[in-house]
Amino acid sequence: MSTETKKVKTVKWGAEPKLGWVEAMYLPAIASGLMTALKHAFSGKTTTRQYPDVEPVIPANYRGVHRLNRDEAGRVKCVACYMCQTACPANCIEIIAAPAPKDDPHWKDRDKFPETFTIDELRCIYCGMCEEACPVDAIELTSVYDLTGMSRQEMIFDKEKLLAVFDETINSGRDPIRTNRGALGPASEEASTAKQGPPPPGRGRHG
Amino acid sequence: MAKVIVNDVEVEADPKDNCILAARKAGVEIPHYCWHESLSVVASCRMCLVEVGEKKPDGTIAWGPKLVPGCQTPIKEGTVIRTDSAKVKTTQQMTLEFLLLNHPLDCSICDQAGECYLQDYTYKYGKAQSRLDEPKLQRMDKYHIGEQIALFTDRCVMCTRCVRFTREISGTAELQVMARGSHEEIDVFPDVPCDNKLAGNVVDLCPVGALCSKDFLYKKRVWWLKHAESVCTGCSTGCSIHIDQNEDKVYRLRPRENPLAQGHFMCDEGRFGFKYIHDERRLTRPKLSDAIAGAANRKSQATTTAGSGDLSFADPWTDVLEVARRKIKDAVKTDARGFVAVLSPFMTVEEAYLLASFLKGLDKRVRLVLGPVPMVGSDDKYPKGPKGQSPAEDKVRFTIRAEKCPNRLGVEAVLRHFEGQVTKLEQMMGGANATSWFLVGGNSEGWVTESIDRAVGQPGLLIVQDIFPSPLSERADILLPSGSFAEREGTYVNHSGLAQAAQAAVRCPGDARADGRILLELAERKGLFNALAIRKEVGNAIPSLVALAEGDLGEHGVKIGGVAREPIYS
Repeated sequence: MSTETKKVKTVKWGAEPKLGWVEAMYLPAIASGLMTALKHAFSGKTTTRQYPDVEPVIPANYRGVHRLNRDEAGRVKCVACYMCQTACPANCIEIIAAPAPKDDPHWKDRDKFPETFTIDELRCIYCGMCEEACPVDAIELTSVYDLTGMSRQEMIFDKEKLLAVFDETINSGRDPIRTNRGALGPASEEASTAKQGPPPPGRGRHG
Repeated sequence: MAKVIVNDVEVEADPKDNCILAARKAGVEIPHYCWHESLSVVASCRMCLVEVGEKKPDGTIAWGPKLVPGCQTPIKEGTVIRTDSAKVKTTQQMTLEFLLLNHPLDCSICDQAGECYLQDYTYKYGKAQSRLDEPKLQRMDKYHIGEQIALFTDRCVMCTRCVRFTREISGTAELQVMARGSHEEIDVFPDVPCDNKLAGNVVDLCPVGALCSKDFLYKKRVWWLKHAESVCTGCSTGCSIHIDQNEDKVYRLRPRENPLAQGHFMCDEGRFGFKYIHDERRLTRPKLSDAIAGAANRKSQATTTAGSGDLSFADPWTDVLEVARRKIKDAVKTDARGFVAVLSPFMTVEEAYLLASFLKGLDKRVRLVLGPVPMVGSDDKYPKGPKGQSPAEDKVRFTIRAEKCPNRLGVEAVLRHFEGQVTKLEQMMGGANATSWFLVGGNSEGWVTESIDRAVGQPGLLIVQDIFPSPLSERADILLPSGSFAEREGTYVNHSGLAQAAQAAVRCPGDARADGRILLELAERKGLFNALAIRKEVGNAIPSLVALAEGDLGEHGVKIGGVAREPIYS
């Protein structure tokens, strides 16, 4: 009962304004439209962008091609937690995880890593949910907007290609790593503990 | 029964219950880590601390001075349990904060994430933040715990469920608590890994991600898995299981609690023995031998050229089943006594019934026999004694049976109904005088021995329904590729006459079909295979299986009255 009365109160039904005979002719509206067009035609200002000779300035929050970030040791930062794949509304991410090679001193402090990591750039809707879901800031969307390819297969980016996007964009000045939290863990820690600096050396998965 | 008041709700509870079980009956969850229904009580995790009092006859409640662990506190008439007071809630928060002190925040790479009690309880009862300012203790991962088990030491909350399991259920006592205080760790003695046949259960028991199965490690995140309730077909114990699959690939089997079948656990043979269902050698395409394919091939080519013109899109089953049906009818007409159908103990009751009723419907003289029942060693009983000896009969808590098939009793009941007796395939080795054979396999490994091969010989008609190639499937006139246990739907009757329903979890590989579907179409019955409907029919048709007439067997299954315990077949 209460919701019903609330509805009556909040929804306001207005009457449709009646057209007078002047408006009903539509001539004033046509005239004002023509005026706008003529004003732009003779203003002397061009708004045509000379693309591709002049490239636009992309806003910092633009969501373009993905990249996979590297950690300090140059390894893929991704820990293969599947959060991006879970969050992805377009089902364009596919990860196959594997235990990190424990015998390799280079991977000693890591437990799990993505053996393959593929993003179908054609299926992707560039919503940025993967970036938001990532607990280690490993996947980011860059400002690269002019993505083209000769075949569909070419547009399915694998791990190497995504790391290559990182190598290309990291020093371009436009795409810094957006956050510097780095190692896994502080993502969900309190702000004060995140300020303590990087986790102690040794095992990367401890915050 | 004793009256207990849980958060103002009055329930009837068993006087043998503890507070956790009594609260469960009132629909109230008391969080706990270390307590497990089938293990002894240690009350070490302190997660189940609740307020307990007693209602006096005059209506007043005498509360206990302190919070008590719900797992260790038995109830009696008039016990009052309070789980939602501020005192209990604060205690739960503090307990969780302590348990999480040194717990690494690595949920993102932890296999338990998604089914972890630390996650769940922290969400429900815990605090969002830790107040620890010191660096967390780091401990080495232990991959040496067992062949199938890895221990991520720093995730452990020292509930000692795994230690108690190896002492009380498997009796092998490999796992220990080493060191004391905050240095406590689970470990094994040097060179004595936890490799007993029930070892996989400690992974299920671990309420956190400390003990992980190496077999499943990093294979799939658990929230992708879909679960089907099924029955393990590894032996005649018939453990209730969950089949966890994703996109038609089975990733793991987990025991499903069933007090009537096996309890809470399952053995490693069953747990890791499912891999054969994804074997590349599986039969995936129905085949007619060249000798009888002639007419059918011409016909299928005619229909396909009239249609799409591409043979690969033609359904191979239509022709094969039609030919099979015609050939069976011809063979029964010429020599009904010479037609022998071999029913495998891996078939479900429904499948056995479909085949038996189809053939007996053609002619009463068709012979039905029971296929070979695989036997390996003798029953393996747990808990083992200190020297590995079997326990006394009344102390047995888990048995791995020697009979390595799920449904001998069920198939025997069907055979006894149609045939009056159970004839075994081995008895027919000498003089079968068979002119046509319909052999059903479905075993997890090759079952066609040399003697079976020789006994079958080169009959007039050889139909083989199996999942793996064998000498018989090679030379079969008609080959029907069938389904493994994960692809079948139906009823299995275990060693004690417990009938349990199993759901299909995945689709068959290639063009293979689950046995029920093949046999339903072969028998020219209308509609799709529906295990529930057939089960009702079986129950109404076979007096000894009347318990199945209900159709729905429930979560735990029902006991079949007519099937008595029989000496193990050998």
